[in-house]
Amino acid sequence: MAEHDPNPSQGWTAAGYVPPVIAAGLFLTFLQALPTIAGGGTLRYSFSWIPSLSVDLSFFVDGLSLTFALLISGIGVMVMLFSGSYLKGHPQHGRFSLYLVSFMLAMLGLVLSDNMLGLFVFWELTTITSYLLIGFSHTSENSRRSALQALFVTGFGGLAMLAGFLIIAGIAGTMELSELRGMGDILRDNSMYGAILVLILLGAFTKSAQVPFHFWLPNAMAAPTPVSAYLHSATMVKGGVYLLARMHPTLSGTDAWLWSLTIFGAVTAVFASIMAIKQTDLKQTLAYTTLMALGTLVMFLASPNAYAITAVATFLVVHSLYKAALFLVIGCVDHATGTRDARRLGGLMRQMPVTTVAAGLAALSMAGVPPFIGFIGKELLYKGGLESPSVGPILIGATLAASALMFAAGGIVALRPFWGSADKMPDPGRPITEAPWPMLVGPVLLSVLGLLFGLVPHMLEVNVTTPLVAALLGDPAKAKHLHLWAGVNAALILSLITFAIGILLYLLHTRLRDALEAAGDRLFTFDGLWDGFLARLGRFARWQGGLIQSGILNRYLTTVFIVIALGLASAMIHTRMSTGPIAIPTPEFKHLVVFLLTFAGTALTIITNSRISAIAGLGVVGIGVALIFILFSAPDVAITQLLVEMLVVVLFSVAALRLPVLPRRTGKRERIGHGIIAVSVGSLVTLTLLGVVSEPIDRRLSDFFEIASYPDAYGRNIVNVILVDFRAFDTFGEVSVVAVAALAALALLRQRGKGGRS
Amino acid sequence: METLLSLTVGVLVAAAVYLMLQRDLLRFLFGLTLISNAANLLIFTSGQLTSGRPPLVPQGAKAPLPGVANALPQALVLTAVVIGFGLFAFSLVLTLRAYTDLGTLKTDDMRVAEPREEEQDA
Repeated sequence: MAEHDPNPSQGWTAAGYVPPVIAAGLFLTFLQALPTIAGGGTLRYSFSWIPSLSVDLSFFVDGLSLTFALLISGIGVMVMLFSGSYLKGHPQHGRFSLYLVSFMLAMLGLVLSDNMLGLFVFWELTTITSYLLIGFSHTSENSRRSALQALFVTGFGGLAMLAGFLIIAGIAGTMELSELRGMGDILRDNSMYGAILVLILLGAFTKSAQVPFHFWLPNAMAAPTPVSAYLHSATMVKGGVYLLARMHPTLSGTDAWLWSLTIFGAVTAVFASIMAIKQTDLKQTLAYTTLMALGTLVMFLASPNAYAITAVATFLVVHSLYKAALFLVIGCVDHATGTRDARRLGGLMRQMPVTTVAAGLAALSMAGVPPFIGFIGKELLYKGGLESPSVGPILIGATLAASALMFAAGGIVALRPFWGSADKMPDPGRPITEAPWPMLVGPVLLSVLGLLFGLVPHMLEVNVTTPLVAALLGDPAKAKHLHLWAGVNAALILSLITFAIGILLYLLHTRLRDALEAAGDRLFTFDGLWDGFLARLGRFARWQGGLIQSGILNRYLTTVFIVIALGLASAMIHTRMSTGPIAIPTPEFKHLVVFLLTFAGTALTIITNSRISAIAGLGVVGIGVALIFILFSAPDVAITQLLVEMLVVVLFSVAALRLPVLPRRTGKRERIGHGIIAVSVGSLVTLTLLGVVSEPIDRRLSDFFEIASYPDAYGRNIVNVILVDFRAFDTFGEVSVVAVAALAALALLRQRGKGGRS
Repeated sequence: METLLSLTVGVLVAAAVYLMLQRDLLRFLFGLTLISNAANLLIFTSGQLTSGRPPLVPQGAKAPLPGVANALPQALVLTAVVIGFGLFAFSLVLTLRAYTDLGTLKTDDMRVAEPREEEQDA
């Protein structure tokens, strides 16, 4: 179903024409850099960003980043023109355009960043904009789920990549990718190389949807078609490929690199090709062929061979051209007929001749038929496989399987809907017509370019592939030539075998599809695993939340007190604090009386179940403490304490009138537990205090106050002078606290019964 | 004397902890009162104990006699006593208020801010 039926009567708004204009401006800007880069030069721009962390916002343009930048901005123009028409009149068109342009800028930042932290930031920005675009139809649960899945998977990979970057920066001492190129040996010999490789590969494989992280990409097709064409085919998913290519000079050349890329790439390519045949939704078919292309690119980046790298450079461009074109074609078909079901579409050639031509050209390039650039790309892949040591057979085998299936997929997408029988065509309720010109420009131009580059491969070689290979291998002379006719060789024979198998597969594809269908709907999709993982994660979080944040005051307090006890104990052990010789006191009678009084009051408070007794006990303790202050030369404190203590007793008594009787104390077993905690904390406090008083005291401050009290502040009561003069602001704060407490208490008492729960 | 006072502080703290661990808000308040007394005594004791020599400057003199009690912890404790009272009074009113609204002083049943799982789902 089309996401939206545009209203043709409406004119173009800013949301429609501003994005392609921005993209076109950027494309032309990058085009101006082409002669410099093709001539072997590089460009670098740097702005100081966070100087204290030596993080600069720096950009680096070489063959690799310029190729990507041209693809991003160039295909961006087409896609944005297309979506201007596709979403015309949509209530959220403006929002869509904002997301799409933001994505384009983030993606350009990603491929142009020289600083690894800058690259990471842009990397995550593409993840976020991709999330917003996949979830654009946010009322659909499926869209939201797919968006979140893509965000989680690629976000996780991004964090792994950041960790890898930081390790690299720690070893190499630089954050600039352009400086890292010459430091490959240092990194490869470092003991952390394995960790770096795993982390970087996690980033690249999640972004470029390699098996087993592939499952988010087909789901991302929930996005509007232009988004699928742009992000999830031509640009963003190639971010991982870009990362691997960027790291190629620094990290490649080891067995670990060679085999991990080969195996993951090969598995992805073959698996995706089979899955592509299985799909009935044309968009899903294309999504899986994208996976196949990504797998192929990763696989060929494994090899240090110049043919393989040239093949990567060529196939990168080839794929972007035909895949974006095909996605846009599907968008046009969907727009006209209201369906993308491969089993129902047919006979559109008459009503949509221009679309048919574009689809045919793009599909021929995808199938790798001469004289299209796709043919040259495939020849180079075979050549790269033939020239690569050790992994060569894997490369050739996977490429052969994938290309043959690709050939069949090309037929499914471009042959059936246009040339096949129209018997099962649904009736869209209006005449099927060609899409408006802004939607046709993209598919036509991109597919014609595929033919043009095939006829004049020299153009692509000079401007794109040779500089790109030079960026990876450090020498433009190593780049291989792009030929349409390279003579009868092994690669050509492999191509012919591919066509033969491909034709056979196309003829059998409906039967294959049924067979795969029978093998199980959710087979290999990993979606079930993903849902299970999320559900378990949710359960774990709930369990953990319940454990840590139980909502029961008792547990919080128990934790606090146990931590206090452990903290005090470990501090005493750590500092080897001793209490010194404990003087066995021969207490005076008056002291003894006071202490016994305090103990008795405490005991009463604990034991009693009567409120009045407990309050009385508290009062006794308060008086005892006041007496201690009197005995040890603190008359002012004693007076305050007495006053406060009386107020406490009065307030408690008044409150008790309105409060329920004390409940019976808790069960015996629990009381023993509480008792152990209480005694531990109490005895540790006693020990700490004994340790403190056994140390000599520092009286410097007290001496100052004693000397300064009368001459400076004209006060003979030193405690009072400290309070109202030397530390007057503290006292002012104290008064404020009491005043605020009083006001708050008043407010609480006044607001009677409001907000209560029955 | 320090030994006996240290012991007193320990006893008060232990009693306060025990009371606060009971699942009852009123007992919690008793514990709060006890623990603020204990804290005051702790500061007071660690500042050295002096018997019968309050920190006063005698008439005619510019400085107190040598050996008077340490004035600094007394000033600190005095502030703490008052603040402690403010805290106590406010907590008491909160308790009253909680009882009027919730009809219970059992802390286990006070789950408005952090409801139980099943209440959350409901």
